[in-house]
Amino acid sequence: MKIVVGEGSCGIAAGAAKVYSAFEKLTEKYDGIDLGFTGCNGMCFLEPIVDIYDDNGDLTRLVKVSENDCEAIIKAVSENSLEDLEALKISKEDEEFLNKQTRIALRHCGLINPEDIDEYLACDGYKAVEKVLKTMTAQQVIEEIKVSGLAGRGGAGFPTWFKWNAARNSEGSEKYLICNADEGDPGAFMDRAVIESDPHSLIEGMLIGAYAIGAGEMVVYVRAEYPLAVKRLEKAIKQAEERGFLGENILSSGFSCKMRIKAGAGAFVCGEETALIESLEGNRGMPRLKPPFPAQEGYWHKPSNINNVETYANVAWIILNGGEKFAQMGTENSKGTKVFALTGKIKRGGLVEIPMGMTLREVIFDIGGGIRDSKKFKAVQMGGPSGGCIPESLLDTVIDYKALAQTGAIMGSGGMVVMDESTCMVGMAKFFLDFTTKESCGKCVHCRLGTKRMYEMLTRIVEGNGRPGDIELLEELCYSVKDGALCGLGQTAPNPVLTTLKYFRDEYEAHINNKKCPAGECSALIKYVIDSSKCVGCTKCAKNCPVNAISGKVKQPHAIDADKCIKCGKCRGNCNFSAVEVR
Amino acid sequence: MAENIDLTLLDKTLEDYASVKGSLITVLQHAQDIYGYLPEEIIKHISDKMSIPVAKIMGVATFYTQFRLKPVGKYLIMLCKGTACHVNNSDLIEKTINETLGISDGETTEDGLFSLKNVACLGCCSLSPVMMINGETYGSLTPDKVIGILNTLRQNALEEGNEQ
Repeated sequence: MKIVVGEGSCGIAAGAAKVYSAFEKLTEKYDGIDLGFTGCNGMCFLEPIVDIYDDNGDLTRLVKVSENDCEAIIKAVSENSLEDLEALKISKEDEEFLNKQTRIALRHCGLINPEDIDEYLACDGYKAVEKVLKTMTAQQVIEEIKVSGLAGRGGAGFPTWFKWNAARNSEGSEKYLICNADEGDPGAFMDRAVIESDPHSLIEGMLIGAYAIGAGEMVVYVRAEYPLAVKRLEKAIKQAEERGFLGENILSSGFSCKMRIKAGAGAFVCGEETALIESLEGNRGMPRLKPPFPAQEGYWHKPSNINNVETYANVAWIILNGGEKFAQMGTENSKGTKVFALTGKIKRGGLVEIPMGMTLREVIFDIGGGIRDSKKFKAVQMGGPSGGCIPESLLDTVIDYKALAQTGAIMGSGGMVVMDESTCMVGMAKFFLDFTTKESCGKCVHCRLGTKRMYEMLTRIVEGNGRPGDIELLEELCYSVKDGALCGLGQTAPNPVLTTLKYFRDEYEAHINNKKCPAGECSALIKYVIDSSKCVGCTKCAKNCPVNAISGKVKQPHAIDADKCIKCGKCRGNCNFSAVEVR
Repeated sequence: MAENIDLTLLDKTLEDYASVKGSLITVLQHAQDIYGYLPEEIIKHISDKMSIPVAKIMGVATFYTQFRLKPVGKYLIMLCKGTACHVNNSDLIEKTINETLGISDGETTEDGLFSLKNVACLGCCSLSPVMMINGETYGSLTPDKVIGILNTLRQNALEEGNEQ
């Protein structure tokens, strides 16, 4: 019997490390029980997760385990009476979350120990590198990737083979292969999960890319906020070096390639490839003019290829299973699968990998289980600060680069934040503009000042000071910034505003013309009122009000003095009878 | 405070990286790990040893959110302001911290115990709203929970102080 604890960052945050150490102490007392850990299987909503494998390899999955459960678990395991653990077992309904997915980039996540190369080797690890180095030319590798239709998973969706081919054909013997693991999009954590759960698949995918373009050095640019990912990748690189998969004359093929990690220092714009290169060179991460493209003049002005983590994580699978098999999945212009980080007001949030061509509705409702707290779906935000909000009427849009772009959003790197009726869409646009204003590197005027002016206007609107004509002015500014900005950050920064204006214009109008926030979120535009038919006079709200704005006798309906009220919402949060309403 | 800064602690880093081109960010990261922030003396020292103008180092240090030019409190609260946390009302959590400790983003309490820093995304979206204090993550926060956590930490610090 083996007990395996899921230890990705989010699992650890939910208490998985405590569960693991509780098991560690207990296993000393019991013989014949192996204890191990794995990365993240993507079911973040059920963390901490403990998988029990019996001697036949059959799995019993326990969820939301706390350290207090460990003794009972280990007892049941040692006595072979797993039926005692019924209360902790994953429900049939929650199992659907995984059953409806197709996993390629996440194929080993949550299944193998990310710190043990032997477990990776046991599931055909590094076989693709072996195949490439021993039986394929660089051109054949690029051809196979071309057949697969793999496109960059970082957001832009540029064909991977094209970039590889351009870097290969660039003159010069010194070339670099770079991995963009600077996952800056707030609300996305796919790349972190891949590195934490399956670092060798990233190394293997990069090695194949390096062979294809003829690079002798690989660099992974990782976000500084991902310490566990850095630690596991460092370990993986060391193991791969020891086994001869990295370094000189790999697998006696004559091909040599080394790999190192560079920790980023926190700048969203470094997700832009030329800004990332500047940062790698130790400078402020400000984008360069293109052309020349990195494939011509990149890192230290040498030909360089940059892809993100998820793109590389697909490569070894494609080489082993053939490009055609990958291309069989998806739609005409988007092949294979895509990983999304499903978050927000969703019942089952976590990592989802699905074939392209599935609809948004299927992902959010069939896999994610729909909206929690029995509220109503309002919008889904895709692509983070560069993307847009898609309303309910477009939920049958298929996941495909072109189809999503037509809605005004983008595929993006995979952030999928679900919102319910209580989220103000003007507030959402303001939230993203706040982000892009802070993250604009300041190089070009349109982005530096344009985003700031947009942010100021949105602030004015949510504070109840919106003026007639603001919507038109916002729109004009959006298009100017789009046209005038140098890099992707500025060119896409207006998208959250444009899409909310397109689909939720009535909310903007309500804020400006009627000084109302339909979602009841903008504190300047709402007031709290006690429904006297629901209030039982428990006095809890009055006791918790920081400004003594609530009056009323015990067991009699209370009332809020609107002049004194500072709209902190504490009364509403404290009311057990849902008697405090927002109007 | 200048007299307390021991420049030799950075010798090993400078030995390893001073001559490696493009390693300024790495050196600054090591320096911040050692000193907790980037003191002026250290920036000047790095400038001398790496032959990089102070202006350029300051340019880099102020560009990236990771770098701090001032010391931080004993407990560094990193409050996630990512999209999922925003949707789950991280603004209310921020307000609670502001009111409880009397500090805003980027500030430190007068007793030097707490610093607050808003960060873009901690990547624990399913636990939102989330904050991280000295490496430990606290999820599914409510105002009451936040106040409880801050009180416990303050208590711990007091007890540690008494023991010494």
